[in-house]
Amino acid sequence: MPPPVRRIALGRDPHVAAPRASSNGELPMSPAIAAKARASRPPVSAKVRERMLIDSVSLAYGENWVVRNVSLPVRQGEVLALIGASGSGKTTLLRSLNRLTEVTAGAGRSGQITLDGQEIHELEVNDLRRRVSMVFQQPNPFPMSIFDNVAYALAEQRPTGGRRRRRRSAELERAAADALRRAGLYDEVAGDLDRSALRLSGGQQQRLCIARALAAQPEVLLLDEPCSALDPISTATIEELIVNLRESVAIVIVTHNLQQAFRVADHVAFMHLGELVEYGPSAEVFDRPRQQRTRDYVSGAFG
Amino acid sequence: MTAAGGLAQAGENPAIVRPSRERTASWPLADRIGYWLCWATGIGLCLIALAIVLFMFIKGISYLRPSLFLKSPAPSLHQNQSGGFRDPIEGTLIVTAIGILIAGPLGVAIAAWLSEYRRPSWLARSVESAVEMMAGVPSIVLAIFGLLIFSQGFLAFLSQGTAQGALGESFLDAGVVMSILALPLVVASTREALAQLPDRLREASYALGKTRATTIRRVLLPAIRPSIASGVVLGMGRIIGDTAIITILLGVTLKNEPAGSTPVFSTLRGTGSTLTSYVYTNSPAGEGNAHQKAYAAAFVLLMIVLALNALVTRLTGGSELAGDRPRARLISRLWRRPAWTR
Repeated sequence: MPPPVRRIALGRDPHVAAPRASSNGELPMSPAIAAKARASRPPVSAKVRERMLIDSVSLAYGENWVVRNVSLPVRQGEVLALIGASGSGKTTLLRSLNRLTEVTAGAGRSGQITLDGQEIHELEVNDLRRRVSMVFQQPNPFPMSIFDNVAYALAEQRPTGGRRRRRRSAELERAAADALRRAGLYDEVAGDLDRSALRLSGGQQQRLCIARALAAQPEVLLLDEPCSALDPISTATIEELIVNLRESVAIVIVTHNLQQAFRVADHVAFMHLGELVEYGPSAEVFDRPRQQRTRDYVSGAFG
Repeated sequence: MTAAGGLAQAGENPAIVRPSRERTASWPLADRIGYWLCWATGIGLCLIALAIVLFMFIKGISYLRPSLFLKSPAPSLHQNQSGGFRDPIEGTLIVTAIGILIAGPLGVAIAAWLSEYRRPSWLARSVESAVEMMAGVPSIVLAIFGLLIFSQGFLAFLSQGTAQGALGESFLDAGVVMSILALPLVVASTREALAQLPDRLREASYALGKTRATTIRRVLLPAIRPSIASGVVLGMGRIIGDTAIITILLGVTLKNEPAGSTPVFSTLRGTGSTLTSYVYTNSPAGEGNAHQKAYAAAFVLLMIVLALNALVTRLTGGSELAGDRPRARLISRLWRRPAWTR
């Protein structure tokens, strides 16, 4: 199998580029502050385990190829960030990991995606989606109570014909509270779990969505620009959460915010027009990009 | 006093300039004529609605007696001996219940399939056309068609008769045909509400490993509960108000006549009448010759339909957030005081 990482030898010493103004026009962050932000996070544990493997995957909607020949590993214990300009295929690649692309008519795929060594097309799709869960760009809690949002994710699919009674028990309550706690929301909502989830603030709603995604104990958590609709404080809370969660679940995050990628990711993959341009440890991709296009993007020349 | 102090003074608001009312003087003549026509028709409609309510109120309330609700109709030429309309009220309730119990679940299911599955698409298009057709068929045509079907011998268990031929007139027969009347209304309101739900709600559920069916049952339908309820209430209004199906498929007997002796089933298989047929037979056009009671019954009918309309407005008009313990919310919606009493 070819190595999933493109390494291109460079003739000269790479220019060190700190991340500058990001695509959404934030002020540039000085490298010192950025380094400090990263230094405060817990170190990557030694026990990094490969969960998913994307092997020369191409994705198409109809005749339109949006992702071409991408190979990447997804490891538990670290955060993988997909960065790139709009239309670079990041979100499509992310959605293909739990076969959510299939919801769109005409979606097709070539190449292999495996979860723990098993091709995901051979898995039952709902089973796959319980193991590879997803959080979306817009917070999308269900119009029901906070508790029911999490309990819904916990409720097992009844096998056809079976008449299993609903687990309306202390066990369910404990599991729901546990999921909320993992998403760092429990203390804020413990008093009113019966209130509508739509009454929560945007940041709380997004954390509820993370709790919901975590409830079924997934192996991989996919985050599609989870903070783009949120304010800076909620963003910081969720970033901290992501970094803390990576021990127990493999995390893939799509983001437009380069500083966010720099803050949360251990590995970064830069995509452009459907191709994987560069993949590597985030410090390398941001500080010593090997490709000119990466250098232009992380320094804010385009995107 | 400083300028800042002047601003901080309480109770003294700065003069506000409001735009003056829009004037039509500068409009083209055609626009002005159209504008006034809109006004005229709007006011005209209000006057007609008001006239109906006022007229029925004055006519009806003067003849309305509590005893009318309790007494069964009796055959008599004298108004004071011809009883009340207890049986017709019961009849209306029974027919409405049967009709909506069939149309409600069926309509929601059809709407969910049309909105969420739609496969194969030729079938979906056919179902759409069929539902539209049902909405457009005059109820007298439905009634005569129903009679054709229900007078077949093998359907005698729904009314009375033998294997050779059935009467084709019973509460069950009328209720089943009535459900066709209510079905398009339930389908339309459910479908519209489902179409308005954002796709991210569906995706969120799929991403949790839920099947399409579970998503519909546990997320989508609960989210549109008020719309389903309003469709059901509209359907009920349609059933309550229909006369043609009753005259042909319910027999329009003076009293509700059970067929057989089984407690509930005999009534359902039997013939009877409803408020609409009662109004018809007792009106100057019918043969019952009890005009005053017709007015009283018509007034009751009007009140029931108006109450249902108010219920629809209340169910759909609320802007409260969905999700706070649905049952409590529904009840609070029904009992919420109108804005003008607060």
